[in-house]
Amino acid sequence: MSSQSGGYYLPEPSHWPIIGSIGLFLMAFGAVLTINTVSGGGYVLLAGALVMVYMLFGWFGTVIRESESGKYNKQVDLSFRWSMGWFIFSEVMFFGAFFGALFYMRVLSIPWLAEGDTGSLLWSGFSAAWPTAGPGVASKFTPMGAWGLPAINTALLLTSGVTLTIAHWALLKGQRTKLNVFMFLTIALGVTFLALQAEEYMHAYTELDLTLESGAYGATFYMLTGFHGFHVTIGTIMLIVIWLRGIRGHFKPETHFGFEGVAWYWHFVDVVWLGLFILVYWL
Amino acid sequence: MEAAHDHNHDHHEPTGIMRYVTTTNHKDIGSMYLWFSFMMFLVGGVMALVIRAELFQPGLQVVEPEFFNQMTTLHGLIMVFGAIMPAFVGFANWQIPMMIGAPDMAFPRMNNWSFWLLPPAGILLMGSLLAPGGAGGVGWTMYAPLTIQQGMGMDMMIFAIHILGMSSIMGSINIITTILNMRAPGMTMMKMPLFVWTWLITAYLLVASMPVLAGAVTMTLTDRHFGTHFFNAAGGGDPVLYQHIFWFFGHPEVYIIAIPAFGVISEVIPTFSRKPLFGYASMVYATGSIAILSFLVWAHHMYTVGMPVEAQLYYMFATMLIAIPTGVKVFNWVATMWKGSMSFETPMLFAQGFLFLFTIGGFTGIVLAVTPIDIQLHDTYYVVAHFHYVMVAGALFAAFAGVYYWLPKWIGKMYDERLGKIHFWLSLTFFNVTFFVQHFLGLAGMPRRIPDYALQFADWNMVSSIGAFGFGLSQVFFLYVLLKAIRSGEKAPEMPWEGATTLEWTHLPTPAPYHSFETPPDLRS
Ligand code: HEM
Ligand SMILES: [Cu+2]
Repeated sequence: MSSQSGGYYLPEPSHWPIIGSIGLFLMAFGAVLTINTVSGGGYVLLAGALVMVYMLFGWFGTVIRESESGKYNKQVDLSFRWSMGWFIFSEVMFFGAFFGALFYMRVLSIPWLAEGDTGSLLWSGFSAAWPTAGPGVASKFTPMGAWGLPAINTALLLTSGVTLTIAHWALLKGQRTKLNVFMFLTIALGVTFLALQAEEYMHAYTELDLTLESGAYGATFYMLTGFHGFHVTIGTIMLIVIWLRGIRGHFKPETHFGFEGVAWYWHFVDVVWLGLFILVYWL
Repeated sequence: MEAAHDHNHDHHEPTGIMRYVTTTNHKDIGSMYLWFSFMMFLVGGVMALVIRAELFQPGLQVVEPEFFNQMTTLHGLIMVFGAIMPAFVGFANWQIPMMIGAPDMAFPRMNNWSFWLLPPAGILLMGSLLAPGGAGGVGWTMYAPLTIQQGMGMDMMIFAIHILGMSSIMGSINIITTILNMRAPGMTMMKMPLFVWTWLITAYLLVASMPVLAGAVTMTLTDRHFGTHFFNAAGGGDPVLYQHIFWFFGHPEVYIIAIPAFGVISEVIPTFSRKPLFGYASMVYATGSIAILSFLVWAHHMYTVGMPVEAQLYYMFATMLIAIPTGVKVFNWVATMWKGSMSFETPMLFAQGFLFLFTIGGFTGIVLAVTPIDIQLHDTYYVVAHFHYVMVAGALFAAFAGVYYWLPKWIGKMYDERLGKIHFWLSLTFFNVTFFVQHFLGLAGMPRRIPDYALQFADWNMVSSIGAFGFGLSQVFFLYVLLKAIRSGEKAPEMPWEGATTLEWTHLPTPAPYHSFETPPDLRS
């Protein structure tokens, strides 16, 4: 198949996908063993994770080399754009499931538990005020306030969105030093965010008695912020890769989808955080 | 360098099994999807036969109740995620690049990964039978709180679902990108073959719904192992919440299964009626509206959980609304045949079977949409009959139609027309023997997912079981028809179907070359 400029680049056969499948299988199987406390499970999980890391390095490395050697034309570039957009849409739906659970519990199922026969016969004395650990969980936790660490974290993430945009403008104007500096700032903000979130979790577990097991509030709080934090971690790693690539001189003002894809992802993570801040912490 | 590249493909391609493991070719990947799907279909079929053997007579004869539950669960999951969905992804892989004039899929390597994620997921699903306590015996819907009480097999199933979800999402993104970005010049959206349109819409449904399923099973996982209370009222959660999340995925899922089938039928019927598809644009819009509506009707699976009556009314009417675009489709297929010069080769026979039987499944669907009726029929064999009419006589028959229709293009050989027709008549007969009678059982009140039953249900169950074994054998016969065509089929003519008008027939030789369109055909005129 032709890979000439003008033609659509079609890659050679590749062994990366099967390596990824093996890695994921080991991870899944290792995770099953680990959560069922079968000895050795942790090693399988770790082995799977290492295989995955190896695959991601190899696969993305290949794509980056192909990109830098000019094999991708405009049409390939557009393919990347569509796919990243749809990928982010799928992520939105994933978070949607958890936001939906939060909505359902707060607005519907918890009030139902305190109403009518359920309230008077089954759980008498339960008042449906949010936040709650539910009628049958003996957890006396203090909810996480919005205006301490979470507010600082909001400021950090929003600022990181700005620094990233400045980096993008710098890239467009060919100001490479500025690009590298502002990428670094963005990463630093992301890492600080993660550190503060770890701090917040510690605080919640040790001082507020707020744990995953604290009923509806604990479950939604940790699952939503936890998955978000996981996405910030991934996003930060992606930013670091892009930063290093920038330092090596990758990306041109006219073609730099790798950069833009990561930026889209970062902004998406940002928007999810705003939703979290408002719906989980604030209201 | 470019020239060297060209030649690589002739000389250094991996051979043997490594060719398939590493391939980036849409046709290789399509074939793997189709074979994988057929294997899973046989595995899931054997499980169905275990169920039917147990139900042959009242009382417990063949299997333990726990194992019976594991069989219904795995049968459902394997048929949905392992057989039907991969079958249509196989069609998508083979056909979409050829039908829109593209050289391949937009992301050939990711395409390979989408396929090769299926075997690990399959191993986890099947392997869960070997876990202590066996597989999850929870039904394919995996409702809480039962899922919380299962053993390790349940966790294997959960991770299998995660991996299947990743595969579907990547596959769908690939398909969407290919369709939006790889069309030949002049192939405008409203000129695309309907099969391509249906896959665009299906892929959208997949991207939107699979992550929600991933969320549902993730919550199940954390409820099982990490002390969360999503589905536990003691913590303020609700088992019904699981059902809402699951069916928010689950109802679009039934269209994920059905819509590509509509696409295949919309190619087959015009070809064998030698007339263009009637109402092309209305078909596109009808499919689009089905896709939108499918996200708004999920709680029709939950009429018996105790919803507010306003919600029940809303879900009832919203569900019935879907009958309108579906009716448009059936009407258009019939109108396509009207005054056409029809011939009834095997693909067309399966399309006719689809048309009649899918429509029956649609009618019983409307019956079930009526809340007061569904409160009677919920979880009875009437429901089992209903969804097998849409999934077996609907999706599966469409897949058969597609295989017979495109086989000459794929392998350059013809199947044996007489054997194909026998396969059709056997399938049609045994399908109805198996499933038509289940309507009576359900109306009489026989519950589903139960290994034993009251004596008055004995006769029809025996009939249904006989039909099931007949249907199973007919599919072994299908394997023979296929192998015979591949081994010793007659050479296919360049244009085996005189009515076909899509690019793979008009612009490519038979069999189709390994790389479809090295340079895109110019269709502007
Ligand atoms: C050979 C043809 C088939 C036979 C004889 C068959 C038979 C059965 C039987 C006996 C059940 C159990 C009903 C119950 O007790 O609730 C069942 C359930 C089911 N079948 Fe099939 N089936 C066939 C093909 C398929 C196909 C092709 C699909 C495709 C999607 C499918 C999807 C399902 C689903 C989703 C369930 C529900 C499982 C559950 O209760 O969780 N079946 N089938
Ligand atoms: Cu539904």
